[in-house]
Amino acid sequence: MAEDGKLKRDKPWIMRTYSGHSTAAASNALYRTNLAKGQTGLSVAFDLPTQTGYDADDPLARGEVGKVGVPVSHIGDMRALFDGLPLDQMNTSMTINATAVWLLSLYVAAAEDQGVDPSVLRGTTQNDIIKEYLSRGTHIFPPAASMRLITDLITYTVKDVPKWNPINVCSYHLQEAGATPTQELAYALVTAIGVLDAVKATGRVPASEFGNVVGRMSFFVNAGIRFVEELCKMRAFVELWDRVTRERYGVTDPKQRRFRYGVQVNSLGLTEQQPENNVIRIVLEMLAVTLSKDARARAIQLPAWNEALGLPRPWDQQWSLRAQQILAYESDLLEYADLFKGSEVVEAQTQRLVESAWAEVQEVLKRGGAVEAVESGYIKQRLVESNAARLRAIESGDQVVVGVNKYVDGAPSPLTENLDEAILTIDPEVDAAQRAALVRWKEERDNAAVEQALAELQRVAKADENMMAPSIAAAHAGVTTGEWANTLRQVWGEYRAPTGVAGAIVKASGSGPAAETIARLRKRLAELEARMGRRAKLLVGKPGLDGHSNGAEQIAIKARDVGFDVVYEGIRVSPEQIVASALEEGVHLIGLSILSGSHLALVPEVVERLREAGLGDIPVVAGGIIPEVDAERLRRGGVAAVYTPKDFELDNIMSDLIDLVDRRHAAE
Amino acid sequence: MPPSDLPDDAARVLSADKAAVSRALNLVEDRRPEAQTAVTELLAALKDAPKAAGGHRVGLTGPPGVGKSTLTSALARSVRRGGRTVGVVAIDPSSIRSGGSLLGDRARMSFDPSDAGLFVRSLATAGEVGGLAYAANSAVRVLAAAYDMVVIETTGVGQSEIDIMHVADTVVLVVQPGSGDVLQFLKAGIMEIPDILVVNKADQDELAQRAVADLRGALQTARAVGATGGRDAGWEPPIVATSATKGTGIDELIAALDGHRKHLEATLATRRRQGEVQWALDLFTRKHGEHGLSTLGGAAQLQARAERDLDDGETPLSLCEHLSREYVAALGKTP
Ligand code: B12
Ligand SMILES: Nc1nc2c(ncn2[C@@H]2O[C@H](COP(=O)(O)OP(=O)(O)OP(=O)(O)O)[C@@H](O)[C@H]2O)c(=O)[nH]1
Ligand SMILES: [Mg+2]
Repeated sequence: MAEDGKLKRDKPWIMRTYSGHSTAAASNALYRTNLAKGQTGLSVAFDLPTQTGYDADDPLARGEVGKVGVPVSHIGDMRALFDGLPLDQMNTSMTINATAVWLLSLYVAAAEDQGVDPSVLRGTTQNDIIKEYLSRGTHIFPPAASMRLITDLITYTVKDVPKWNPINVCSYHLQEAGATPTQELAYALVTAIGVLDAVKATGRVPASEFGNVVGRMSFFVNAGIRFVEELCKMRAFVELWDRVTRERYGVTDPKQRRFRYGVQVNSLGLTEQQPENNVIRIVLEMLAVTLSKDARARAIQLPAWNEALGLPRPWDQQWSLRAQQILAYESDLLEYADLFKGSEVVEAQTQRLVESAWAEVQEVLKRGGAVEAVESGYIKQRLVESNAARLRAIESGDQVVVGVNKYVDGAPSPLTENLDEAILTIDPEVDAAQRAALVRWKEERDNAAVEQALAELQRVAKADENMMAPSIAAAHAGVTTGEWANTLRQVWGEYRAPTGVAGAIVKASGSGPAAETIARLRKRLAELEARMGRRAKLLVGKPGLDGHSNGAEQIAIKARDVGFDVVYEGIRVSPEQIVASALEEGVHLIGLSILSGSHLALVPEVVERLREAGLGDIPVVAGGIIPEVDAERLRRGGVAAVYTPKDFELDNIMSDLIDLVDRRHAAE
Repeated sequence: MPPSDLPDDAARVLSADKAAVSRALNLVEDRRPEAQTAVTELLAALKDAPKAAGGHRVGLTGPPGVGKSTLTSALARSVRRGGRTVGVVAIDPSSIRSGGSLLGDRARMSFDPSDAGLFVRSLATAGEVGGLAYAANSAVRVLAAAYDMVVIETTGVGQSEIDIMHVADTVVLVVQPGSGDVLQFLKAGIMEIPDILVVNKADQDELAQRAVADLRGALQTARAVGATGGRDAGWEPPIVATSATKGTGIDELIAALDGHRKHLEATLATRRRQGEVQWALDLFTRKHGEHGLSTLGGAAQLQARAERDLDDGETPLSLCEHLSREYVAALGKTP
């Protein structure tokens, strides 16, 4: 208690809402209302074309423009996004990776246009492309080029925008792809080590200033429902980061060794069934990253109760923001010192995590480090295996999920009375409008200046110079996101990351009802093979820019484990490619997985192209975040079945798939 | 898909109609006894295809993860640019427990889906004792009738290094720098000298040159101690450094392949026939051992028989199955 008898409270963390959709103008309006509701920082969600370096008029952007985030194609969009929001007073977090150098360049250029000196800008670029290969899937270039972009951004801001967090090393997305706490700790740390080693290797930062780089490293972490263990995980992070920065990089200033992190709590565990329960999960998970004063988050953004249904509306996000505000301002949490210092239980669990994570860090370093362990598929395969184990535990009931595999009966919820309106839907006209705006933009700009800027960009990409300067110049010249990325694609090429599924081993119980079900499914496929002459062959396809791979991966390995021959080509495959694969591979069944919301554009396109190729008789099923009205439309258009997260029993899905192949064979 | 109409389909395979090629591949994969006549007829109809005689069957083998698929992709793209058409058979292991498989090679290949001159089929080993898929030999014959070059990617484990010699004209062993894999192979004596050696992942010049030099040294040592047989005394296997991801060294690889194909010109027909005979007998021996061989009259006699039957339109697979049946029948008679 302070002298005057008033309680001295800690400063609360920064509260954000991850948002953006449709257009820059619509998102700007949303940011203003969010700030008016007491949010203290901005968190920009970009649409998938912007994240993967395509303009709205690129064929690959079909169905994705303005859907899951805001499209930013050029400096005009960036200006509109922050119109009336003075950039010297904002703290802006941008979830941007492969195109981070470009989006930061647009932000810097927009600030300059506002008359703001870039050196005062505050905020974060996610800029962790390593985890894109492992989980998030918006990478463009091969790992070496990505690492170069990461380090270019870091060396630029450390010098020129000192308050900027140039990178958020992400463990969040690893947990969303199935990582255990140990894996989350280990793989985030090896990523940070890989990045710092790479910065060192550029030779651009004098040894005496390297501590500044280390001090600007920040992390983006997850917190799952096992919130006590998660709390310990955060304490383990603090301890391990202190060790790495001290021992590997010789940083002596404790401030530069601090583990600074932001959080989005777990969304993978949020359910479609009884979605109102998700609010309770979200609040418990928030405790893991706030209760320990010594390991408290700097910034928090929470998902919404309707996470597994579709995009959140402003009211849904407001509910989550209120949860943060109640914890920070109503409760007494911020009045105390660290609650767990000296707790034997917490300390013991923390040490267990420290040790297991450190062992896995050594394992990856032994394999050559983060980049090598990405390229070889080692880490990805570990994640796929963990995720498979998690799903199996839910399916068998070993891991209780209330409303899903236990306590499933309940009164109907008034929140979901009108399910189709319980989510945000994006006006399909947005796509065309953005394309038209792009045409106008290109007509009105100085195309000679654009050509020159792109030539310079290309020159620097081939040389050993920082990409930021030519990118900022290109931003001012009116270059578009697609032009920036395509120029670099030509120099560096593109990269398809390992899928991790081929070698993934799933331990199955040898007996019991689960084993019996598997045996039954295997027997059916063996019988079907005898009748068809060939083993049933399944193509799992992910059309569009969607990077959500969990579902496709788990369906693919499960299908293999019950006896299908499975072709899975990874994320971001075009409808043309899917149809070509179906034709050449002679598959019996096609399963499409789409979670980004572009199913109404992409699924019918695949079905139509199959028909044109004379493959109209191959059954097609679809899975993902597909609202029931849309599912109905797809089924009417010839899709044999549609699956959503509530269909968590993979064995049942497999049984259906076998039925489909069987029926089609019988009809032949 | 409607049941295939044979002569018509064979003609369409020759013109590389993808739907027909795909149907033909489905057919040769068909294990039902009632499909065997159709398979035999189809393969007979494709036998004298101009492409097949003039074409080139290239086998890529090497340890898991060395970049065989990525290299296949880079190779196929380059060969396409040169105007030749390419068919690919990519083989992955089947799970012993479930019989299913994850056919992952395709994920590492990137092609223009509208290219009519490029075709990729993934096959599972389907529990064959060897490393090659059940229908690999027949699938290669189908693709060889339709495309100028056929590339076969093996699993790189088990018996596939040996099996690949029986289906490919040119065997390419792919290794990575500094892995010591080649020496291992040679020492173990499980591999005759491949026709071409590739050091992939040679992304940096310096590294690449060192790797090639190391490999050359290793080969010489191995030869000196007689660890290598070599199925062709007149051919010195070239060593090529490639980066499948950067696309370097691919032209050199193509030149080496073309060189070997030319070297084979006179002996190719015999080599292919010999490969098939050998494969049929290997498959049979793996199933039934020496006892199987001796029961049916011994190796020499079976060899002659195989040559005759293959001339009469048998495939290695169907021949092996016939021999198996005869063996089982013979067993029934001897108490
Ligand atoms: C995990 C997750 C992620 C992970 C993905 C990790 C990975 N590699 O997969 C991460 C953190 C990277 C991520 C990122 C993003 N995400 Co996300 N994510 C989720 C989340 C929480 C769970 C999805 C999941 O993996 N579930 C587990 C798997 C096993 O389930 P599933 O895929 O649904 O599959 C089941 C069924 O659907 C079905 N199925 C699915 N596919 C198939 C295929 C076949 C053949 C069959 C038979 C069945 C089938 O069977 C499965 C078994 O039950 C969902 C919300 C939710 N709770 O569902 C949001 C969600 C899908 N994400 C969303 C968004 C917007 C994003 C971003 C685009 C945000 C942004 N603007 O940057 C990014 C970018 C991702 C990208 N590149 O596309 C939105 C999509 C909104 C929409 N559709 O309108 C959702 C719905 C959240 C929300 N409410 O806003 N995400
Ligand atoms: N640096 C580098 N990586 C490569 C090269 N070729 C392949 N790779 C990488 O090596 C990994 C394995 O490549 P694949 O092509 O799948 O190897 P494979 O031999 O076909 O693997 P299996 O079929 O599983 O045996 C991938 O991550 C590729 O990107 C190369 O030339 N250089
Ligand atoms: Mg491969």
